[in-house]
Formats: sequence, C-alpha cells, structure tokens
Amino acid sequence: MPVKLTVTGAAAVAHAMRQINPDVVAAYPITPQTPIVEYYAGFVSDGIVDTVMVPVESEHSAMSAVVGSAASGARTMTATAANGLALMSEIVYIAASYRLPIVMPIVNRALSGPINIHCDHSDAMMVRDSGWIQFFTENHQEAYDFTIMATKLAEKENVLLPAMVNLDGFITSHGVESFEMLDDEVVREFVGSWNPKYSLLNTKNPVTYGPLDLFDYYFEHHRQQEEAMKNAYKELPGVFEEFEKISGRRYDFLDLYKVDDADYLMVVLNSTASTAKYVVDQLREEGHKVGLVKPQVFTPFPKKEFQQVLNGRKGVVVLDRAMSFGKEAPLYSLVKSSLYEVASRPSLGSYIYGLGGRDTTPEMIREAFEDALQGNLIADEQRYLGLRE
Amino acid sequence: MVPNIRDIVGYVETHDWGFTQGHRLCPGCNAPMVANWATLAAKSMGYEPVVAAATGCLEVSSTIYPFTSWNVPYIHNAFENVAATISGAEAAYRSLLNRGKIDNDKIKFIAFAGDGGTYDIGLQSLSGAIERGHDFVYILYDNEGYMNTGNQRSGSTPPGADSTTAPVGKAISGKLQLKKSIVDIVAGHEGVYAATAATAEPWDFMRKMQAALEFKGPSFIAMLAPCVRFWRIPDDSGPEVTKLAVETKYWPLWEYNMGVYKVTKKPKTFKPVKDYITKLGRYSKLMKRPDANEILEELQNYVDAKWDRLLALEEISKDKPIRTKI
Repeated sequence: MPVKLTVTGAAAVAHAMRQINPDVVAAYPITPQTPIVEYYAGFVSDGIVDTVMVPVESEHSAMSAVVGSAASGARTMTATAANGLALMSEIVYIAASYRLPIVMPIVNRALSGPINIHCDHSDAMMVRDSGWIQFFTENHQEAYDFTIMATKLAEKENVLLPAMVNLDGFITSHGVESFEMLDDEVVREFVGSWNPKYSLLNTKNPVTYGPLDLFDYYFEHHRQQEEAMKNAYKELPGVFEEFEKISGRRYDFLDLYKVDDADYLMVVLNSTASTAKYVVDQLREEGHKVGLVKPQVFTPFPKKEFQQVLNGRKGVVVLDRAMSFGKEAPLYSLVKSSLYEVASRPSLGSYIYGLGGRDTTPEMIREAFEDALQGNLIADEQRYLGLRE
Repeated sequence: MVPNIRDIVGYVETHDWGFTQGHRLCPGCNAPMVANWATLAAKSMGYEPVVAAATGCLEVSSTIYPFTSWNVPYIHNAFENVAATISGAEAAYRSLLNRGKIDNDKIKFIAFAGDGGTYDIGLQSLSGAIERGHDFVYILYDNEGYMNTGNQRSGSTPPGADSTTAPVGKAISGKLQLKKSIVDIVAGHEGVYAATAATAEPWDFMRKMQAALEFKGPSFIAMLAPCVRFWRIPDDSGPEVTKLAVETKYWPLWEYNMGVYKVTKKPKTFKPVKDYITKLGRYSKLMKRPDANEILEELQNYVDAKWDRLLALEEISKDKPIRTKI
C-alpha cells in the first residue's frame, strides 16, 4: 500500500533513488542538493541499499565517474545544482552523446555571479541544449514520480538518453510537504532491470567508447541524438500511462489547470505554478477566464501540445525564472516560436521573476495576469515581477 | 610471480595484442610502446584489461571513428578526467560483481594519460581517485609537454627546453621552472603504489606493471616516453635517449609502495646531465645562450640532490611501510 510521507523534497527524491537502488551513485555535495546525497549515503551506510557510492572530489569528477559507470553497464545516478552543474557541463554533453541513460535530479538555483544559493532556473537553462531529457516538477510528489519515470524513459532502447529532473532549490528541496510513496516492490518492478547492449565490462566483445569523431561522422552522430530525442517524445505517453497504472496519477507533457474555457493563460515552470494556481482560482472567482499551463517536459520541447493549448486564446503570459541576456527569455522564446504556425495567435507577454530566490507573491502573479486582462501585452517587451527599478 | 619473458613471447605468438595496428601515431613515437606493453603485461598475466584514456596523442591517433586500434574495451571521456572516468568504471564493476550481474573476476582497469592530462589539468581528478582507493593502474606517458597540440609547455616540461608557450628567446631562457616531481606527489597520497619507468627499460616496466596490477588499490607508473618530433631527436632514438636520462640521474628508476621507497636501478657510474641534454634538439637554442652552463649546473645540482634523497628515503623506509591496507 502506498504510504503518505511528510518530508523535505530532497528526502522524497532520495526515497525514489532508494527504491530504484541504482548500481552506482557518484556525487559531490553542493547546496541545495546536498541533502539528497546525504540521505542516500545514509541508506548505503545502513545497508538499506547495496549501491556502490562514490563520494567524488568535484562535480566534474561526479559526471565523469557517472559516465565511466554507465558505460560499464551499471544503472547510475547523481544529483547536482547550479555551479555544480556548470562545472559538470563539459561532461553533461559527453554523457548525452555517448547515449548513457543517467538520471540526475537538479535542485535548481542561481548561477554565480554574484554568488547566490537560492532558487532560479539559470542552471537548467544553461544545459538546455546538452542533449538531456529535462523534466520540471512542481512539488515533492512530482519530484518523486518523475525520478522514477525518468529512469524508465532514459533506458528505453530507442531512447538511451540521460535525463534530469528539476526541482526548486529550498522551496521544494528543503520545504516539508506530504507526498505519496509507492511500495518498494511496485517501483522496482516498474523500473525493471537494466541490461545494456554495450558494456565496457564485456571483454569478449570489446567496444570503444568516445572515439575521435571527425568531420566525416560527428554530424551524423548528432543527427542520431536528435532522433533519440524524437523517440523520447514518442515514448513519453506510454511511460505516463504505465505510471498511472501503478500510481493512479496521470501526467502529461503539460499540466493544464482550468484551461478549457480560458481566454488568458499563464505558462510557468516548477513550484511557482502552485502560487499561480491559487491566483487563477482567485481570478476565476472574480469572473475572469484564466488558466495555467505548466510544462512538465521541457526537453524534448512539447511544441505541438503548446500549439494545441495556446491557439485561439486572447492572451498568454510566460514567466521565466532565468534570463537569456540580450535575447528573449528561454521559456518565452520557445513558447513564442511554437506559436508561429498556429491559426490564431494570442497576444504574448514575457515576464522575468524570482531570480536568485526572490520571493514571488500572488500579487506579482496577478500583475502579469492583469496586463493580459487589460490587453496590455507587448510581445517584444521583457517585463519584471518584483524588481526594484 | 615475476613475468617470464618466454611466457610473454609465447603469449604474443598465440594471442591478439591489446593495442594493435592501424593507429596514426608518428613513426618513432614512444606512446604505443607504453600502450602495448601495459596491456600485454596484463593479458599475459591472465587479466582482462579495460582501458580508459585521457585526451591526447594516444587517444586521437588510436580511435579515429569508425576505426579503433584497441582490442580491449576502451573509453575516452575528456582531457582532465581519465582517473574519475576509470573510478566510475571500477565502481560499476564492484557493484555488478556484488550483485551477481557479472561473474568475470579477471578485469583490471588501466588508465593512460599524457603529462598535460596528469601534471596539470587532470591532477585533481587523479588525486581524488587515488584518495578514494579505487583499484586501477594509471600510466602516465610523460613526454614533457603538450605534444598533441604542438609542443606547448606543461608542468612536466624541464627548464630550458624549447616550447611554443615558453620559448627559448633572447630575453628568457625558455621555461624557468623545474618539472613537478609527479611521483612524489602521488606517493604523498600514501596508500598507493607508484613508480617511474623509461622506454629504455621494458623489463623494469613489466615488473612494475605486474606489481601495479597485483596491488589492491590505486597504482601509478610514470613512463618517460619521448616525443621524437618535438624533442627534436631521430625517429629511432626514443629508448636510447631515455637510457641516457636514467644514466644521468635525470630520470631515476624507483618505486614507492605504501611508504617504502626502492631504487630499482643503481648505475655504478653516472654520466653528467649535460650528456643527456645535448642529445636533444629541444635544448639546442638553450645551448647557444651565454647562461647555458649556469642552467646546466643548476640542473646537475638538482639531480644529484634528488638522487641522494632517494637513496636516503630507501634507507629509512626499508621494511617500514606506513600503511598496510588501503
């Protein structure tokens, strides 16, 4: 029977990892991801799992060791955040190009500088083109569920891509909340065993990983990575369906809240969606037809799903918790470009919020909605919520 | 069990080499000797080597897709992380053995890297992997510079050697600093087997390779392996030159095992270090400078003092390991 646990988000993720019981976990402690590896080290020390834990000396080595381990055919996980991800980033690209199904929770926080340890999404956005599948999660339940689903998806034979599960630094990682934990056996059966086709430890049929790939093949290999990402997109509905069977929870590319008859929609990632849902409820009570779209899958980007849900609406506001200096904000630019082909384009507004952990209040969310309601959206103007001008 | 030359020759006649033909390394390069001998030592002892390599000449020349010269499992990850990569592979091996997912207990992990990937950018990853006590053999082929990218200075380049980022010029006599004593740095981790080797002494290397493979924990061998192109020496003279390096105390042969030092070759008489330096074209610009003799004298004093220190360490550490297990 599933049980309710009231713990931090970091503990929820660590429990998902415990139930998956990967062969190897290599990680370096970095705020605010640290509790995940601490909980996991505790599980290892108490003999609750028999994972081999590699407490490396840096995130660069964490991702490097994870590549060595996954190439050896071991189910392998790590976790990181912010500057840790930045230090890993060279090898993050390599992991994807070697088609290694590594699962990595990312506890999102701002990148230095200046140094700031609090939540925003600049870390995840920095590696958005690295070839990893990227999930974004609103709360403990989703962080737990997506860690399990990520493992299932990453290891599909026609996918074989690494996957990162994003959860908000401190807000989700350190906040205490209830979530429903599945039975160990149920999770174990869902993820199954991992039997890779090619392993470094198969000395009878030796393979060469990471050759020099010159101009005559590099291009084709990147094309194959794109194909794998397309396959991930195709496989995801099946994974969601299978997960619903064991959990009763139905996921999709986009989490849609009160969108059916909505004229005005907000698009926002992760925990801020909870605040936005509260504001949607308030505005609905006041008679405004508003709704919320929360992408749960960011890479592969669910372009078609966005087109379906945004086509014909009056106004759409997109909230980004990261900046893309000199360019449109990362989520906004993708949403905007997906609307190029729709029959009836809504008016659009881009809002930056919550950088470096800046508190995002219902009033700020309301401000963005009100611009939409008043027909005051300018697609080429980047606005800021909660910024002291 | 010391490997027997007849066994090794017999092995070569009946088995495949771990590192085989088709690589694009330069004629006369010493790196393939290192790859060949190391995998051969492991295979002739009945082990099944799994190899990782750092970015460098050996890597870019041996695995040009879709070809590979490696007849054993091989992984290249990046420049600075071969030790971390092999840590992960070794951890995976332990885990899969524990869980009964594989049953091959003959695997041995061997990492190859040049001096750039070891002395400089890879030092942190190497130190971490040794400190964590992973069971692997790390082989440095030390050609004293970034030869893959065209002879730039590394932490291993000796003073006065001409390189493109510390050239010997009118005002400055090339690199002013001494090379790092890398084996001492590795030995500083204490729970380790570490040794020097030279391409002139294959049998000494084989013996050390065997000790490294049988050592239950991290081990490290630094092999002086000339780059004939940028050392500006004839193609066929690599081993001849490293022989001189040993005979002049420039590159003494020694090993360290959990605190115990041992000098593995003690020539009766030594040649002056000048005999070695003047053989190498990379010093010809230095030799034309008025301060050449001064620099040579400093180097002579340095190698003499290092040699005496080694003998003293051998003496005081005899039968006194500072650790008994990793």
